[in-house]
Parts: sequence; structure tokens; C-alpha cells
Amino acid sequence: MAEPHVIDPITRIEGHLRIELETENAKITNAWSEATQFRGLEALVANRDPRDVWAFLQRICGVCTTTHAIASVTAVENAIGSRVPPQALLIRDLVMGSAGVQDHVIHFYHLHALDWVNVVSASKADPAAAVEFARAIGSTWKGNTLERMTAVSETIKTILASGQLSIFTGGYWDHPDYRLPPEANLMACAHYLDALEFQRSMIRINTVFGGKNPHPNFLVGGMACTIDPNRSESINHVQIAEIQKWLDEAYEFVTTCYIPDAKAIMGVYKDYFDIGVSSPNYLAVGMLGAAYGGDPNESPAINPMMEVTPGVIFDDDFDTVHTFEASKITESVASAWFKYSKPGSLPPAEGETVVDYTGPTPPYTWLADRTEYTWSKAPRYSDKPMQVGPLARVMLAYARKHPRTVEIVNAAAEQYGITLKQMNSTGGRTLARAVECLTSIEMLVDVTFPKFVEGLKAGDIDVFDSTKWEPKSWPKAADGYSLIEVARGTLGHWVKIKNRKVSHYQAIVPSTWNGGGRDEYGVRSPYEEALASNEHHPLVNPEQPLEVIRTIHSFDPCMSCAVHVLDPQGNELQVAIS
Amino acid sequence: MTYSIEGWQEPTLAENLERAGVSRRDFLKFCGGLAAVFAAGTTVFGPVTKAHADDPTDTPTAGDIADVLGGMTKPNVVWLQLQECTGCVESVLRSGGTTVEDVVLSLLSLNYQEVIMAPSGEAAEKVLYDTLAEDHILVVNGSVPTKDNGIYCVIGGKTSEQILKDAAKNATHILAVGACAVWGSVQASHPNPTRAVGVDQIIKNKPVINVAGCPPIGEVITATVAYILTHGKAPKTDAEGRPLFAYDQRIHDSCPRRSHFDAGQYVRTFDDDAARNGWCLYQVGCKGPSTFAACPIIQWNMHTSWPVGAGHPCIGCTEKNFFDRFTPFYSVLPNVPGLGVEATATKIGLGLVAAAAIGATAHAGVTAARHASGKEREKEAEAMAAFGDEEGWIVADQADQLVDEPVDETINDEPGKAEK
Repeated sequence: MAEPHVIDPITRIEGHLRIELETENAKITNAWSEATQFRGLEALVANRDPRDVWAFLQRICGVCTTTHAIASVTAVENAIGSRVPPQALLIRDLVMGSAGVQDHVIHFYHLHALDWVNVVSASKADPAAAVEFARAIGSTWKGNTLERMTAVSETIKTILASGQLSIFTGGYWDHPDYRLPPEANLMACAHYLDALEFQRSMIRINTVFGGKNPHPNFLVGGMACTIDPNRSESINHVQIAEIQKWLDEAYEFVTTCYIPDAKAIMGVYKDYFDIGVSSPNYLAVGMLGAAYGGDPNESPAINPMMEVTPGVIFDDDFDTVHTFEASKITESVASAWFKYSKPGSLPPAEGETVVDYTGPTPPYTWLADRTEYTWSKAPRYSDKPMQVGPLARVMLAYARKHPRTVEIVNAAAEQYGITLKQMNSTGGRTLARAVECLTSIEMLVDVTFPKFVEGLKAGDIDVFDSTKWEPKSWPKAADGYSLIEVARGTLGHWVKIKNRKVSHYQAIVPSTWNGGGRDEYGVRSPYEEALASNEHHPLVNPEQPLEVIRTIHSFDPCMSCAVHVLDPQGNELQVAIS
Repeated sequence: MTYSIEGWQEPTLAENLERAGVSRRDFLKFCGGLAAVFAAGTTVFGPVTKAHADDPTDTPTAGDIADVLGGMTKPNVVWLQLQECTGCVESVLRSGGTTVEDVVLSLLSLNYQEVIMAPSGEAAEKVLYDTLAEDHILVVNGSVPTKDNGIYCVIGGKTSEQILKDAAKNATHILAVGACAVWGSVQASHPNPTRAVGVDQIIKNKPVINVAGCPPIGEVITATVAYILTHGKAPKTDAEGRPLFAYDQRIHDSCPRRSHFDAGQYVRTFDDDAARNGWCLYQVGCKGPSTFAACPIIQWNMHTSWPVGAGHPCIGCTEKNFFDRFTPFYSVLPNVPGLGVEATATKIGLGLVAAAAIGATAHAGVTAARHASGKEREKEAEAMAAFGDEEGWIVADQADQLVDEPVDETINDEPGKAEK
């Protein structure tokens, strides 16, 4: 007899996500992914100045806070024919790359780690053993000192003893599936705190170029910040030296702390390379930071790793990469609280967003007995659900034989004794994020930043194309789009401009691909599939749904993004309540 | 990393700090940082010790703050996220840079905060309602969608409106943090499809402190909480509920580029020579003259930079309805439709901007205060003109003149309004 369970709110994610499940004999037999927030930004950008729109759509998400803005200015530039100077593109690469690396680190330590790391157990550790554990797993992080571990141990003990547990209140600390030894837990807690300092420092690269973070400033046609080695009011070698330092620190943190931690922790939870197996299809247009204005098969890549060209993988067949064709993308509203004017799925260019709420009036206790249960649409490629994000990108890079990715993945596979196919799992997604974080920071340190500095040295200080700034320089009607690889997967923005105002706008967002509901064929989207694919996913104690949280977190959900599928018609929302 | 975050075991912060090995000197240093934040506004902190009681305009010293903070006990905090983007929590994560600041995080027991808390689902709900049963400080990010029975933001099966009302009941203080919680922000912009409103539109029987901004500066959020702990009461606010310690100055008045405005030295287009020399961004749309915020003073991300400092005009994100009132963002301020602010400032550099100031009602007091200095500037302007630096005095170009081709008049060009 199937038992129903609800997990709402799913915490340590961005936005509001509800998971409904059925289990039998401590295994999940069915699952529903339910986005429970809707903001309707689709109605807001119609008839706005296209140069303003980045600031509206940036507010889709404050976690991936650079990505929607860059996607928006890139789409508008593609539409109006603006030619962004190379140095401005490199600045965007630096901004997006640094934010991406920072995002992956925050995900691992502050959103995901408490799924594997037990804070109560950490309090029982001998600090010296924690130092030794760090050494044994190859972590050379400078924070692995006896003094530091002792201090963190004392901190944890004090918090636990006070009875006011703050963010640790109500954690599943007596769950039997926390497996790390106390010293590993203590080390991870220390690194959790170190990662807080790391992310604050690293993000300043955004602030130098964009003035603030979250929500740094961008500009259609380039960047608003100026660069000039011979002026004090422009970004010069004072900032260059700072950025170099922050990048070096980031490289140190990722290589000596994050990577050894991720490898060691996933090694202890090795069975999670068999848990959370999801949709076997992957889509990516490149590695983290790859950005295209227009058709990626025709336009030149603004791509940190040029050799990883766009591609699609089906059925876990990593030997065959199919050509990416944007025209094969459609979206279904079969399980969403929207309605289309005609049956079936629609391609993005013809999409509609008309609210048709058929759910119960809140408060409610169960949604999954209804056909419609989420505010998220379900995108499909060739009618198939696709995984997007670090796993998709790493598998694409592997299939494209990107040497560094192949090297790291092979080493990890050997360490764990897993096959490539087992990367399609909760453990695989978490591992892939770490792999990508490493290749990304290497790229920033070794290629992107030196290239930017080299340009500066050569006197290339242009960061803005002024020729297409004034609306009178635009055609009366124009359209364009962008495809960008951001922390959680492939992001696309489509814009149409008429009479110098936005007439149509649409975005397809990573967490929509991964976290949507069923399509009109009843096929589950990746979150749902990861929980229910083979009726194998464990859930020992539904009151402490630790295993489910692990698998959902492995996707790094960003639900505010997921529900912002924008209406290309610019229609005001029509709401039908039934 | 000289000492650890210490949890709360002793009755007061001072004793906890002592236990954790934090020296009085380090604590004072930290409080000095807070004092700088409080002093960022002008004279609003009020007397906290007898020494300052006679002078209400005095700002506190690090010692004053240390005395008060040291005696505090640890309050529980519920931190809700309603209809929003998590940018405000990210901003808090970026706040400060010293480990002593982490000590302040342990000032609170942050029992419910969805982005970082350990439990999910029922266990999280239990923590929420257990904490709400007793006194707590309530922090809210995000707006409340009021249309269609609240279906647009539902957490744990309950509407955001219900959760907010439940959470406000036993709250000792309520902080609306970020533009969404203050007035609804982007989703409340025209046509506001989910009829999103700010916290003070729902909770009317208790004062709401509006920590404005999209997002607010992390240090300002932290300092608002620290202010409450220090004083045992809410900070003084302006007419819109914004703490004066961070929102009593116009960006324009504390902007390091102000001298370029006064001298008529403007950036005409991005990346021009003027931009590279850090001249005034007024003519490319800066909303600093109509925006109250401490960005130039406190700056962002550990004093790294701030929007104008990095060459982009201020978009006015601490002001209500900025997505409607201040757009198009790159239009010169007087041309912003419906703003009705600084309309006389087409002849800028004459000090009239300051004289007119902003917001006939909300900021009338500040406007009056600026009036005198405006007249002074007028004299300066004349003096500058005598040197032949006249170019900047007149803003000839109106934004709409830039579009010299006829546009299709049949289209409905109301922002956010549908094309039929």
C-alpha cells in the first residue's frame, strides 16, 4: 500500500519547492515536483526600454544574480546588432566565472553539506583527529590547524550546550544514515565556516566591475565600468592586483579544500552513485560561462572552453553527441497551472503564459491527486526531458574529449570504482559540480584573467559599443536571443523589439528543465525521475527525509528561476480560477 | 581566524565573549565598525550613555555600543522568505569580513531561515511554529501576493499572508528587508499581476522597519538588527519607515562625484573620456538625486566599490516603485515620466536640484534642510560660469528628443501593458 508523504518547504535551496511522494517498504514509488511561488514577471517587461530589461529580469534570482542580466543584455545586443568590445566580454566572463565558482562552493558547503555532515557528531571529535583526517584525504587547506579545529569544536559544543541551536534546530542529527566519523564532521564544519569567508571575498570581483553584489550592474553594448591603466578613476592596476589576489585565494580554496572534501565525502556515500538515477538525456551549449548571442551553431562562441561546443546526449550514450538545435525545444503545461490556446506543447517562440489555477484553495495538504500541481512548465528537447547543469556539461565535455575534464573524471571514476554511466546519480551530480568548479577556476586563473590583463597592457581599453546605444540607431523591428551556461544549467533569453520597445520576451531557465512536472505524455521531469525512476530510492524515515533532500539538493534547485517562463506575447496575465 | 564563533552559554554577550577568548579590545574594534555604520547617516543614533544624553545629535562610540551589546541576551529570530529572489539573504552572507562579525551572528538564535537551516518539511515547520509561540524578532524578505486567495506564494500548504500574520503575532520587532518586503518591488511593478504588497500593507497594528534596497547593503541589514539589540527599540526612521542611520542622506549629496556635478562635468555616453575620469553620471540617467541610501558611504562587499563608483548610474533601488518611477533608467531624471521631482532641474548646476529636492511630502524636512546650501551653490555656479565652464549648466537634450523618427502611435506603450 503506497503511503503519501509531503516535504514542504524543501530548505537550503533558492525559492519555494514542495515535493510529494509515495513510498512502499521504505522505497519511493512515485514523486511530484511542485513549484509553489509565481511572480508573473512575464507581464512586466512588455513595452519597456530594452536597455532596462536586464535590471528587471536580474531580479528573477538573487543567487544566480549575474546570469539573467547577462543573458538579457546579450539577447538585446543580438537583436540590435551591438558589437560588444572584447575586453567587455572578458569582463563579463570574469564576473560570471567568479560568481559561478562562488555559487558552486556555496552550494556544496552551505546548501548541500548538512545532508552528509552531522553537526552533533562533530562535537564529539578530537580536534587532532580532524587535522589528521584532513591530511589523510589530501586536504592541504591552510585552515587545517589544531588551533582552528579546537576553536570550531568549542563553538559547536557551546551552541549545542546552550539549547538554542539556531540554524541547526530540528536537524535530523539522530538519523542513522549520517556516516562520516566525528573527525570528518568536525573538519567539514570548520570548512563550512571557512567557505563563508571565501564567498564574501571572492564575490568582490563582481563588485569591482558591477559596483555591487547581489545584483551587479550591466549595460547593453558592453560594461559601464571603465578600464585604463593610467587613470585613477578607472579600473587600473590597483584593482588588477586585488583581483589577482582574490583569484589566487579562490584557486587555493577550491583545490586544497573543496575538491578533497567533495571527493572524500562522496567516497563515504558511494552508494549514492546508484541512487538518484534520473532522465538519461543531457543538454548543454558549453562549459560554465559559455555565452552565445544567437544560434550557437553559427555565432562565434564567447566561451571559456572553446572546444566544448554545444551538444545533446541521449540515453546515457556518452559516445554520441548530437548537434544542438534550438528549434527542437518545446514546453508543456500539462502539469502546470497554465493553459495553452491549443493542445500539446509549444516551441518557445510561440509560447503562452495564461494562468489557469486548478489547485485547491490554501491551506492545502495534497496536490498530486490532480493533473496540474506546479507553477513550473516542463521543457522538452525532441519531446524528451533533459538534465541540464554541471553534470550535463561535464558529460558533454567528456564526450567532446576535453582533456582536463577527461583526466579529472577518469581519476574520480577510478577512485570510486564507478562507470561513466553511474555519473547519472545523486553522487554524480554532486561530484560533477566539484569537477566543473575546478576546471572553471583553472580557466579564470590561467586563461581569462591573463587575457584581460594582456589586453589592458596592449592598450585595449574599450568596453562599450556606443554606435548602437541610441534607440534611433536600431531597426524598427528586431529580434534576438542568447544561450548561456550558468551555474544550474542552460539559460536562454529571447527578445523581440518593436518601435524601440520590448514587444516579446521569453526565458527558458535551468531549474525549469530539471524541476518541472510531467509532460502531456505523463513523462516525469528530472527531479521527479531521480526520486522515482526505478522504485529504488530509499526513504527510511519519512519524518526525516534525509535521502530525498540529498537527491533534490544534488540538482541545486533555484525555484524562483524555474517559474519565470516569460510570455513572448507580452500579454497581461489572464487568470482563470476553477 | 584568531578565535572561533562562540555559541551562547553565559547569560550575556560580554561573558560569552570572555569565555570565547575574545578580548575587550577586539570587541571594541568590532563595535567601532558598527559605529561607523551607524554614523553613516548623520545624527540619529541618539544618546546611549549618560555622557551623550545631553547631546541627542551625538553618535555613539565603539565603547557605547560595546557596553550595550555586551549586556544583551540572545533573542530568537524567525526569518521568512515570501515572494522574492533570495538576493537579500545573499547580501547578508556578504556582510562584513571579520570573524568578529560572525560573533554577531551568534548574537541571535536564527531558528528559522530557509536558505541555511538544517531541517526541511515537517521538522522545519515545527521549528517555525515553536519559535512563533514565544517572543521573537521577525525578519521578512519578499512580498505578499494578495490576488486569488494567495495562491501565488504558498509554503507548507499555507499562503504567505497567513504565515506572515502568524509570525507577526508575537514578534517584538518586525523588519521588512529588501524592496519586495518594503513595497513589492519588481513583481509589484505595473501591472502587478499577483497584486503583491509589502509587509506594512498586511501588518498594520505594529511598526514595521523598512530596510529598503534591492537588495539592501548586507552591513545595513545586520546593523539594523544590532541597533535593536543595542537600544531595545527600533531605530529612528524616515516617513517611509527606513532607518535614518542608513537612509537619511541622498546619494547625490554624499556622492564623491558631486563636485563634477557642481562643476558641470558630465559623462555624455558610457566609456567616454569623462567616464574614464569619473565624472558625474547625471546625464546618463543617475537617480542619485532622488535616492536616499548610504551606498557611497558604506559601499558594497566590504567597501570594495559601489554602483556609481563602478561607472553605472544609480537606479534608485531604495525608493518605492523605482521600476516604474525611475524607468527608463538611462533617461535624465527630470524626464522620467510621472516623477514630478526635480522638474526644475533642467538647468542643473544652479543648485536648484538641491532646492527642489525630492518627494514633496515624505522628505519635506530634508528638503528644507538642503534649501540653504542650494542657494550657496547657486553662487558657486555663477562663479564657475565666470570661468567659461558653461557647457554643463544647460541640459539641452531631452531623452525623448533622442528618438527623432516617428514611432507607431497606435501601439500602446504603457510599460508592462499588453499589446492587443
